[in-house]
Amino acid sequence: MLRLEPRARPSRPMSLASPLIAVALTLLLAGALFAALGKDPLQGLAVFFVEPLRNLRSISEVLLKATPLILCALGLSVCYRSNVWNIGAEGQFLLGALAGGGVALWLTTHGVSGLRGMFSPLVLAAGVIGGMAWAGITALLRDRFNASEILVSLMLVYVAQQLVNYLVFGPWKDPKGFNFPQTATFDAATWLPALAAGYRLHWGFVLALVLVAGFWAFLFRSWRGFQLQVGGLAPAAARYAGFSARRSLWTALLISGGMAGLAGAMEAAGPLRQLTPHISTGYGFTAIIVCFVGRLHPLGVVFSSVLLSMMLIGGELGQSRLGLPNALTGVFQGLLLFLLLACDTLVAYRLKWAVAAKPGAAA
Amino acid sequence: MNEIALLIAATLASGTPLAIAGLGLLINERAGVLNLGAEGMMLVAAIAGFATAFHTGSHMLAFGAGAAAGAASAAVFAALVIGLNTNQYATGLALSLFGAGFSAFVGAGYAGKKPGERMPFEVPGLADLPFLGPALFKQHPMVYAAIALVPALAWFLYRSRAGLVLRAIGESPESAHALGYPVRGIRFAAVVTGGALCGVAGAFISVVYAPLWVEGLVAGRGWIALALTTFATWRPARVLLGAYLFGGVTMLQFALQGAGVEVSSQLLAMLPYLATIVVLALMSRNPLWIRINMPASLGRPFHPGG
Repeated sequence: MLRLEPRARPSRPMSLASPLIAVALTLLLAGALFAALGKDPLQGLAVFFVEPLRNLRSISEVLLKATPLILCALGLSVCYRSNVWNIGAEGQFLLGALAGGGVALWLTTHGVSGLRGMFSPLVLAAGVIGGMAWAGITALLRDRFNASEILVSLMLVYVAQQLVNYLVFGPWKDPKGFNFPQTATFDAATWLPALAAGYRLHWGFVLALVLVAGFWAFLFRSWRGFQLQVGGLAPAAARYAGFSARRSLWTALLISGGMAGLAGAMEAAGPLRQLTPHISTGYGFTAIIVCFVGRLHPLGVVFSSVLLSMMLIGGELGQSRLGLPNALTGVFQGLLLFLLLACDTLVAYRLKWAVAAKPGAAA
Repeated sequence: MNEIALLIAATLASGTPLAIAGLGLLINERAGVLNLGAEGMMLVAAIAGFATAFHTGSHMLAFGAGAAAGAASAAVFAALVIGLNTNQYATGLALSLFGAGFSAFVGAGYAGKKPGERMPFEVPGLADLPFLGPALFKQHPMVYAAIALVPALAWFLYRSRAGLVLRAIGESPESAHALGYPVRGIRFAAVVTGGALCGVAGAFISVVYAPLWVEGLVAGRGWIALALTTFATWRPARVLLGAYLFGGVTMLQFALQGAGVEVSSQLLAMLPYLATIVVLALMSRNPLWIRINMPASLGRPFHPGG
């Protein structure tokens, strides 16, 4: 009989192999699902995992969608490493988009002319503050009232979505927009500049890569980052060492909120250039999967963001090419996380053939 | 007067799925397992129930399909968490994300369809009472089933031997294991039972309460049900009470709109979520109170001999 035997210490090779095994198994199951739906499995897989990379333009689109994922997941990985379960990045993303978009809209309607070079940084800074403020509510309620950060941050996603709806259906609606629920298009000076003419990929992607390096340094080379991780791995040891759990909670939530808010503002000032009820396509939730697939490591997050971004675009292509519902992406995402968690068992345990099950061991 | 009766009736109907799901989650939390996948299980069950009702026209079969779908998704969760010792938070989240994607995928063809005829039901004799009749006695049978579930569950937890074992496992799986109880088997059963009840709740939403299918139909009720167990300090009767409270808040937004209050519908739609946050903060603010009432092993894995 096969049974699990705890390893003396977590296996590092297994920790790196586990996401690869999980991706391989997801591909296998995805192929089986395509076959079950009466599609050619190879063609289906090609649409999801090859087509998105077929030329420079489609690669730039993959990186465009990967940008908010990288930003959200960088922040979330700090949270999860500190054992703070912020699952409301989606709401923080929306508030960032509202704050950044609000500033862009204000600059647009008031026709501010001086300092045009400062517009983009201003929009992004507003996004960071918006996201931080939204995550700050969760931190405050956890800190002062001991309320579960999981439930509060998640509930705030629904509140944030209604706030977006309220603003774009109400006070912020474009008066010249034929009554569509959307704001006016922002002034061109507030847009994030594109990396190359004719492409939608913007400088936000480069900023995200810079932040990847910054997060690496913060997590693995800074005293504060070390304190956060000790608090996550061994709360008792952190307390004994005098590391403040409250400070870690606030740091983790404000960092992740700020990053999600930055992603939201980039989305508003980058590809969208206006606010609509559909600002996010679930980036904040997808980023949770990105985080775990990327091993909560800044560099891993980049790779898994690209992978998950390909799946997002694959879903759109699957709809137009194969006539499959776009929601298929969500199925694959969920499968990937399930399989990853299952494979991760092998990091902490090894499989052993128990020849004769000892009493009590066969459970 | 009549409006108030209808408001009470609507409150009971809207609280019912929260109550059934909350009571289900209570069972697995009492055994020490926290399933953050409630939202996902309810979504999968909602589309399973809806599709069954659409194709067969039978509400009974729809509830059966919902329960089966909820139990099946809970079994996947339990296999990972109990069998492979995966992180309960992450695995529950995975279930919620998977359920959202899977239900949207399966349900893509069911939007805008009708889940069969609704069978009218009234409690004989009492339904004709003025005021009380329309307020309390013309509900779907599942509303009464949810109420009946409370004493049944209370009896099970506090008066039966099996309930005692379940609570013992939630408090100290090590002691229960030492006494020879199959901790993992019982936890598995508790999670699957909780999933089945979440499934019934999901089917109730899509088949009776809505009754329609749209993507993300459950709209956070799974998460509110999770908050309910904390709110109720893990006691069945308080889960029911809390469910009606949140049902009332949900209905309040429609009542306020009906009364011509000049607040935008989007802001009113925030009410149930804001109420959840406020109530959660108020109930959790005394850590000692939570620690006394919470099953001591909640969220902690148990691996015999490991």
